[in-house]
Amino acid sequence: MTETSSQPIPEKAKPSLFQQLELDMRLLGMIGAFVILCIGFNIFTDGRFLTPRNLFNLSIQTVSVAIMACGMVFIIVTRHIDLSVGALLATTSAVMAMTQTELLPQVLGMGLNNPATWAITIVVGLFVGTLIGAFHGWMVGYLTIPAFIVTLGGFLVWRNVAWYLTSGQTIGPLDSTFLMFGGTNGTLGTTTSWLFGLFATAIAIWALWSSRRAKAAHGFPVKPVWAEATLAGIIAIAILGYVYIVNSYAIPTRRLQRMFEARGETMPEGLVVGYGIPISVLILIIVAVTLTIVARKTRFGRYIFATGGNPDAAELSGINTRLLTVKIFALMGFLCAVSAVVASARLANHSNDIGTLDELRVIAAAVIGGTALSGGIGTIYGAILGALIMQALQSGMAMVGVDAPFQNIVVGSVLVLAVYIDIVYRKRLGAK
Amino acid sequence: MQDQGTQKTPSKSGRGSGAAPLVEMRDISISFGGIKAVDHVSVDLYPGEVVGLLGHNGAGKSTLIKVLSGAYQMDHGEILIDGKPVEIGNPRDARANNIETIYQTLALADNLDATSNLFLGREMTTPLGLVNDAAMEAECRKIMAQLNPNFQKFNDPVSALSGGQRQSVAIARAVYFNARILIMDEPTAALGPHETKMVADLIHQLKAQGIGIFLIDHDVHAVMELCDRASVMKNGKLVGTVDIADVTDDDLLSMIILGKQPEQKAE
Repeated sequence: MTETSSQPIPEKAKPSLFQQLELDMRLLGMIGAFVILCIGFNIFTDGRFLTPRNLFNLSIQTVSVAIMACGMVFIIVTRHIDLSVGALLATTSAVMAMTQTELLPQVLGMGLNNPATWAITIVVGLFVGTLIGAFHGWMVGYLTIPAFIVTLGGFLVWRNVAWYLTSGQTIGPLDSTFLMFGGTNGTLGTTTSWLFGLFATAIAIWALWSSRRAKAAHGFPVKPVWAEATLAGIIAIAILGYVYIVNSYAIPTRRLQRMFEARGETMPEGLVVGYGIPISVLILIIVAVTLTIVARKTRFGRYIFATGGNPDAAELSGINTRLLTVKIFALMGFLCAVSAVVASARLANHSNDIGTLDELRVIAAAVIGGTALSGGIGTIYGAILGALIMQALQSGMAMVGVDAPFQNIVVGSVLVLAVYIDIVYRKRLGAK
Repeated sequence: MQDQGTQKTPSKSGRGSGAAPLVEMRDISISFGGIKAVDHVSVDLYPGEVVGLLGHNGAGKSTLIKVLSGAYQMDHGEILIDGKPVEIGNPRDARANNIETIYQTLALADNLDATSNLFLGREMTTPLGLVNDAAMEAECRKIMAQLNPNFQKFNDPVSALSGGQRQSVAIARAVYFNARILIMDEPTAALGPHETKMVADLIHQLKAQGIGIFLIDHDVHAVMELCDRASVMKNGKLVGTVDIADVTDDDLLSMIILGKQPEQKAE
């Protein structure tokens, strides 16, 4: 007890250059799997897989599941499960479809394509989604009904509430501004995309630098400068590389002509315009960055992981775990509504089967992304990569021409295999 | 029991000076499904004093103390701190009254590192409201340097730590936030001799600072060594509270096993 408060930090054995990067091995493994998958499909499709067009489509197809997978990470980390996300997506989508095609233009007399329609619709959808999610969370947290049961019931209830609201009909066409959230109908354009890419790169480098500075200010060990620089370089290449790809996917000439005609102009001969970053992908990026900050840098996030690691300890530490459960499910409901915006806008209408089987894709994405069902472990970027791998597998097989039944057989097997590899990996690391 | 108590060495403890006890638990009862786990038990604690709670497994000592730490709700009775009645409805209330607990199970989130566990529920934040990990780690390093100078694994989850290291984290969490009342539930149960010594040293140190400690233990020798008084429970009832200076190991054992007061006090 007489020791002074300062102690030297002992020198460890010199780590290898690779170890000094302090990269997440799981993340590397997943990126590796994704790259191998892409190259493999590219070979089998004679170079059709790794084209700007296909990568653009791949990213907009992934968004809906990826957004929900981000919320599912928090649910699974706290040892719960949500089987109702696909049904909840359908209900919120139905509510929004009815709002923008019936309620606002006809009942409230705002007319078609009123400039406020899309905004009111989305606010209504997000509100309904959050409310239903909070209701689920209240039943799980305060009534202590297992989340599996609450959301299994919710799965049936909300799927059929959606059906009832729309009488099972396909509702469309949706508001033209609303459609911009779907993908091809709403992109940033090449110049804005480059600006966004540079901005995002700058933010990422600033985040790396400020975290290093905070550590150094307290005298904690920091990575060597070259390792930080390498990391920054990789991040910059990833961001700007994606911008380059989506910018190279040119809007088809016919479509471009129609866009000019709509504005009453004539298209200059031989004009080539790239799509740029889809707004839906931008939404996913915002969701992912926000939730990563929530997970790592807020009390709410800290309590989510603490509760997942040891619910009793969290409770004894004064954390209100019941209210926490309500908040997590409310967040999940909110994200289902966001996904509903993206999914229905991408399809340009609300169909009765929207979001079918999404609950399983979302859970699979989170689990492939390294979220442990035993709780306490999971990352947002992992879940997004998981969703991307699933989507790449699905659309790659479709392009190669694998029969539909085999596609699902492969996806199911990959899910089980991925979790097995994860278990083996964790055991090797010493049951972390 | 009030008749004997002042003849003890005038320790730093506030007991006998006429001051109100730091904690008074009066007539506490709690039952689970018809079984009275704690049956009209009263105990008290003065500043700078260590009171041992002894008894067999299932005697009700952990249950009694969980009422004070906010984990259980009592059915009957009242708790006074500094002579004033307080409501302790949950662990947050207990913390607000400067009551800190080191649980037998340690109550650590295994997936988080030592710093996150130390500050769990009471994180330091930046002006923007985000958790300030660097500042918390600096504080964590400071307190661990006092408690366990060999502790180095600041960036590993606590599941990767040894029993003694985990215990240090749990102790650090209890003492860091200026506890006035400390509850230790078998703090040395999983520890080796060296670490047990560390806990004993710490108890002496905290006592000197005027902190009142409830120590739950099976080990009569440990209680004889560390405590000023001991309250013995059996089958949910209080057998009696004795001054350690007045009793022998055997007296305590017979209280635990037979549920009887030592001879000289049996009126």
